[in-house]
Amino acid sequence: MNNPKKLSEAKEGEVVTVSKITGSSAIKQRLMDMGIVRGSEIRIVRYAPLNDPMHIIVKGYSLAIRVSEANMIEIK
Amino acid sequence: MKRIAVAGNPNSGKTCVFNNLTGSNQRVGNYAGVTVEYTEGYSQFGGEKVKVIDLPGTYSLTAYSQEEVVARDFIINEKPDVVINVLDASNFERNLYLTTQLLELNVPLVLVLNMYDIAEKKGIVIDTELLGQILGVKVVKSIANKREGMDDIKAACLETIMTDLKPKALSYPHEINKVIPSILDAVKAVPEITKKYNPLWFTIKLLEDDDIIVKSLKNYTNCKEIEEEVARAKSYLLNHSDVDGNTAVVEARYAFAAGAYREVVKTPKEEIKMLTNIADSIVCHKFFGWVILAAVIYSMFQFVFEISSELQWIPVGVNKWTSPVGLFEMGFEYIASFANGITTPWLNSLIVDGIIGGIGGVMGFIPLIFFMFLFLSILEDSGYIARMAFVLDRILRSFGLQGKSILALIISGGIPGGCAVPGIMATRTLREEKDRLITILVAPFMNCGAKMPVYGILIAAFFPNKRGLMLTILFLLSWVFALTSAIIIRKFIVKGEQTPFVMELPLYHMPTLRGVMMDTGNRTWMYIKKAATVILAINIILWAMMYYPRNDASIFINERANATQNIIEKMNKSEYASIITKDNISNVVEAYNNARGDELTPKQYKKLFEDMNSSLPSQAAMNFSEYIGKLTNLANKQAQAQLSNSIAGRLGTALAPVSKYAGFDWRDNIALIGGFAAKEVIVSTLGTAYSMGTVDVEETTSLREQLQKDKSWSPLRAFAMMIFVMVYAPCFVTIAAIKKETGSWKWAFFSMGYNTMVGLVLAITIYQVGGLF
Repeated sequence: MNNPKKLSEAKEGEVVTVSKITGSSAIKQRLMDMGIVRGSEIRIVRYAPLNDPMHIIVKGYSLAIRVSEANMIEIK
Repeated sequence: MKRIAVAGNPNSGKTCVFNNLTGSNQRVGNYAGVTVEYTEGYSQFGGEKVKVIDLPGTYSLTAYSQEEVVARDFIINEKPDVVINVLDASNFERNLYLTTQLLELNVPLVLVLNMYDIAEKKGIVIDTELLGQILGVKVVKSIANKREGMDDIKAACLETIMTDLKPKALSYPHEINKVIPSILDAVKAVPEITKKYNPLWFTIKLLEDDDIIVKSLKNYTNCKEIEEEVARAKSYLLNHSDVDGNTAVVEARYAFAAGAYREVVKTPKEEIKMLTNIADSIVCHKFFGWVILAAVIYSMFQFVFEISSELQWIPVGVNKWTSPVGLFEMGFEYIASFANGITTPWLNSLIVDGIIGGIGGVMGFIPLIFFMFLFLSILEDSGYIARMAFVLDRILRSFGLQGKSILALIISGGIPGGCAVPGIMATRTLREEKDRLITILVAPFMNCGAKMPVYGILIAAFFPNKRGLMLTILFLLSWVFALTSAIIIRKFIVKGEQTPFVMELPLYHMPTLRGVMMDTGNRTWMYIKKAATVILAINIILWAMMYYPRNDASIFINERANATQNIIEKMNKSEYASIITKDNISNVVEAYNNARGDELTPKQYKKLFEDMNSSLPSQAAMNFSEYIGKLTNLANKQAQAQLSNSIAGRLGTALAPVSKYAGFDWRDNIALIGGFAAKEVIVSTLGTAYSMGTVDVEETTSLREQLQKDKSWSPLRAFAMMIFVMVYAPCFVTIAAIKKETGSWKWAFFSMGYNTMVGLVLAITIYQVGGLF
């Protein structure tokens, strides 16, 4: 079975759906508090000038999220 | 008195609503034991005076951040009469997530859909009536930055109180509803819990694995059963829906929020391109992003330091201008001049140097802090700081810091000439505690304005042709030391995983003058109140260290008396005896005797010399100049002897066996101890210690020449000294700021010890290794 795709692998302009959040409970909680839960739609707006963090839109909000944290978000 | 709490997400306009309700009638305070600030104020609600409390802006009410714990504890313990929940109407689905948690707390609630104008501009239509019905609360619209809707908020609060309106309970999905009753029953069986908490809320928190609540169980007896029920419920959820308790609860809240949102909101099919999107494509651009960043940082630095201390823009008389810092200094000199009437030497010195100097030292920072907060508040309000962090985060993270740290580092002296005190206060924009702490601890390595005179004199004395090169090296080294230290502190001292960095990029918007001024005023006032007492106390201690114990001055008094006798005789015998009136001589003698006898300062001697010189024939003038030179010399020697005998002097001597490895002798040590009061003091104390009299920071030629002549000094020793001054213990105003911002003396003392150790290691290495070549 292939490894599931991660948010950190998505390209600028893509729209994806969250399928699972991994990682420690603190990180998970923070991501969920910011609106990133299973089923949330995420649009990748752009990567920062040094390709990290990334600018995404969740539930109409703009968020900056580090690639290391985006790595814990599985998408489809 | 009725109490109204204001809750809401950051960037929802919560503080703006609060400001409108209370006006300038506010007070900033700290919650006990934490660094989270709160603001409270008073307002009139329908003719009744009420207290309004601005809770910290949060996205949630978990146990993971101080702000959230503070906000929820306030609601649970203080039981406000109404909680006003401010939401960003233009985009409130995620804002509703916090609302669901307020509903769980079952507090009287009023929903405020703020920024309603932006929502309308986006074409969003909200059925507020229906939303109110779904949640069982009053819902009002507002545009806080235009002060619209405030009366509606007040009316809604009053009605909620009057009708005792309680919000409807949150409805959970089937799986959760199934597991709640058994836990709830077990919780209800413990009266100690039900006395303090809403049992349903407590149950949900247990299911959610809330750290604080789960741990609190230990305080109660008979909790075995609760724990067992919770464990059973969690395994049920895992088996039936493949989720842990935490995720299940969070998803349930979002599902409720999404459901409510869909029912009451009509969004246009096509998304309207907002100005923010266009601006972001430039501000976060791979090339222009950096240009804008550099321009903003540079102008902030210029703005803060130019306006407060460089530009002379305040009129203080005909064609006389000064800067705000200059104005404060003038004020304190004026006050100090009153104290000159006090003739008891120690009392005079205590009041002038200890107390007025101490308060003056605190107050001198006010313009800097005010303008720094002003600029910061504008940047923060406009939404740019978040973009700045976005662009820079990657670089600073490799050092254990984060994007927003850059502001604090620059203000502290990342561009030479800053000041760590406002720099440390600028870390308030960092929400992640560990990142913030590390930024605070490394900020003092930067080259603040007070270190510059030390560099100035040592470079002029030992690297006269390499000024530019040396300053560049010092500038680069301060960054190297700060960033390396950040790595070390992150690795060994502030351990643990880096806080997840998920930051909202709010819409750009025009800051309001009122909001910015209130924010700036409040923060500046907090500095004055908190810092003043600590700083004054430490300054008096330092003053005493350099003043006591007093020396026996009789040798110097005798020598002076001899010199005076000598000149009188010489004059009387000379060919000028006829032209020199007795007055001339007695002027000198009298002035010498009057001006507090042995306390006449070298500066006063110099003045005396100039007065006498102009009124005398040349030969007599030479005699006088010799005489006054002698008096000056004696005074300098006496000051040196006094300083070396003082507590600070003895400490300096005691440290010499260690400091000699870095090239510093006891005189340097005293100056460095004095530098703990303020780095500016180093140069003037060096002057006294090298028997050069008090050296003005602006007028250092004599000290420079003295150091050049001194055989024990070398460029190497000067370089080691500059590095030590850059790195060692921050001045105590900074220490007070660290204590205030971290909330504990632990970090203040750590900073003193750690920085001094690093400074010593660096200086010794430089001096020893450099000495090999």
